[in-house]
Amino acid sequence: MPTTETYYEVMRRQGITRRSFLKFCSLTATALGLAPTFAGKIAHAMETKPRIPVVWLHGLECTCCSESFIRSAHPLVSDVILSMISLDYDDLIMAAAGHQAEAILEEVRHKHAGNYILAVEGNPPLNQDGMSCIIGGRPFVEQLLEMADSCKAVISWGSCASWGCVQAARPNPTRATPVHEVIRDKPVIKVPGCPPIAEVMTGVLTYILTFDRLPELDRQGRPLMFYGQRIHDKCYRRPHFDAGQFVESWDDEGARRGYCLYKVGCKGPTTYNACSTIRWNGGVSFPIQSGHGCIGCSEDGFWDKGSFYQHVTDTHAFGIEANADRTGIAVATGVGAAIAAHAAVSVYKHAQDKKGDDQA
Amino acid sequence: MNSSLPQVRRTAVYVYQAPLRAWHWINALSITILAISGYLIGSPLPTLPGEASDHYVMGYIRFAHFAAAYVFVIAFLFRIYWAFAGNRYSHQLFTLPFWRASFWHELIHEVRWYAFKETEPAKYIGHNPLAHLFMVVIITVGGLVMIVTGFALYSEQTGLGSWQDELFGWVIPFVGQSQDVRMWHHWGMWVIVVFVMLHVYTAIREDIMSRQSLISTMISGWRMFKDDRP
Repeated sequence: MPTTETYYEVMRRQGITRRSFLKFCSLTATALGLAPTFAGKIAHAMETKPRIPVVWLHGLECTCCSESFIRSAHPLVSDVILSMISLDYDDLIMAAAGHQAEAILEEVRHKHAGNYILAVEGNPPLNQDGMSCIIGGRPFVEQLLEMADSCKAVISWGSCASWGCVQAARPNPTRATPVHEVIRDKPVIKVPGCPPIAEVMTGVLTYILTFDRLPELDRQGRPLMFYGQRIHDKCYRRPHFDAGQFVESWDDEGARRGYCLYKVGCKGPTTYNACSTIRWNGGVSFPIQSGHGCIGCSEDGFWDKGSFYQHVTDTHAFGIEANADRTGIAVATGVGAAIAAHAAVSVYKHAQDKKGDDQA
Repeated sequence: MNSSLPQVRRTAVYVYQAPLRAWHWINALSITILAISGYLIGSPLPTLPGEASDHYVMGYIRFAHFAAAYVFVIAFLFRIYWAFAGNRYSHQLFTLPFWRASFWHELIHEVRWYAFKETEPAKYIGHNPLAHLFMVVIITVGGLVMIVTGFALYSEQTGLGSWQDELFGWVIPFVGQSQDVRMWHHWGMWVIVVFVMLHVYTAIREDIMSRQSLISTMISGWRMFKDDRP
């Protein structure tokens, strides 16, 4: 008998029916892009395997990842995963506080050494010896490194942990640093987004449990199943893009008709996330469906890429903010004028030389 | 009797072989299409009325861009091959005599000629040093940058695991993110547009004012010299 409860046991204890449990399994299998037969495998894993201990740390962040997570559409997910995590450590939602809470970390670190998943929301600031984020009287970076030391793998929840997000935006006064730049000796799974989609978060955890391995990652360390394609690739407004039908300005006829938001700055073509398929709040909607362009919140440094309402964004180089098109047109015009002037002088010189030749 | 008429003796050298001339004009055409279609991808045409199923404007523009890009790339690869297979002028595009002092002296002379400080330009069978420098930097290096960033962006739609992704997908995290690659690809277009303007202007100007032919050379392959002086 396993020393730790299985997910299924926890679920049943929470009053979840077996019917709802199986629904959750097949939904998750679909979300992970697996064949229908995998629903059984997921159910089996959840019934037999002991829970993976998860420690959820909070660094510099706004808690939107947790907010998204606890609002997970499927009631089952919120109930189960939430209770599962509260069993270990999450200073946001656990009952314990102060020394009691910190004692849990110590306990997990020794009891589950090499087995627990370290989920990190937010990131550590490194300037001023990490003083900009203090947990239990110590800089967060110390707690993070300590817990990372004996974990199995790290999950970087959200854009803060994955890329740095708003606190790392220029000029980044506290030197907020993404988790993978601090922890280098453990596998880091990035689940970016500001916040990430709840079903994506639970999907990643479920995958790790079911298959006893980490999901396949892309070059930047994001799970392929959710970040393998752009918002643009699966956008329901894509036919309007291909047809060349755009919202030209807010509240125009195109906006009413639901045309493509590319011209008003939609970052869908440059953003890798699952919003256009999984959507938000139980599949109710996502930004583009609500009439606003994607702001690219799951992309690296999205705060520093200029206006949310501009597609060809500003270039920050050498301290100068320049727009490629504006500068390009200005330079091309300038060069055109210079050519015209040069040509005029050349014609004059040429005529003079000709005259000189004739006289000679 | 004939001696009273002004005599101009012209010598000629066969510089640009037929495949190279074909490459030049194919390249010119593909760059034109790439710049126009690329600009329209970044700043699309005004919205069309009617149903989405009635139009495919962006689709056609993007197709033109990708088709022209493939032509450009294949032509570029051919051009590398031709640097080895062609005559002795054919590898000028890929070599820069950076350490040769005379190259820089001649380059300064050429700059002075354009600044109206010299009364006469020097004669060159291939590119003049200034043109040579520009060709290597813009067409060879610049072209390569556009090919690499272009394929990286193209790999976003061919998808993970496609050969474009396998070969060029690393460029995106290397540069930053997808939007950064887009931005630099866009800057690259403006660099090439400005180069084309200068290139066309100087070709016409030199054809008239220098001591050698230029435009006709890229059509016939023969470089004609207007005088016999060194």
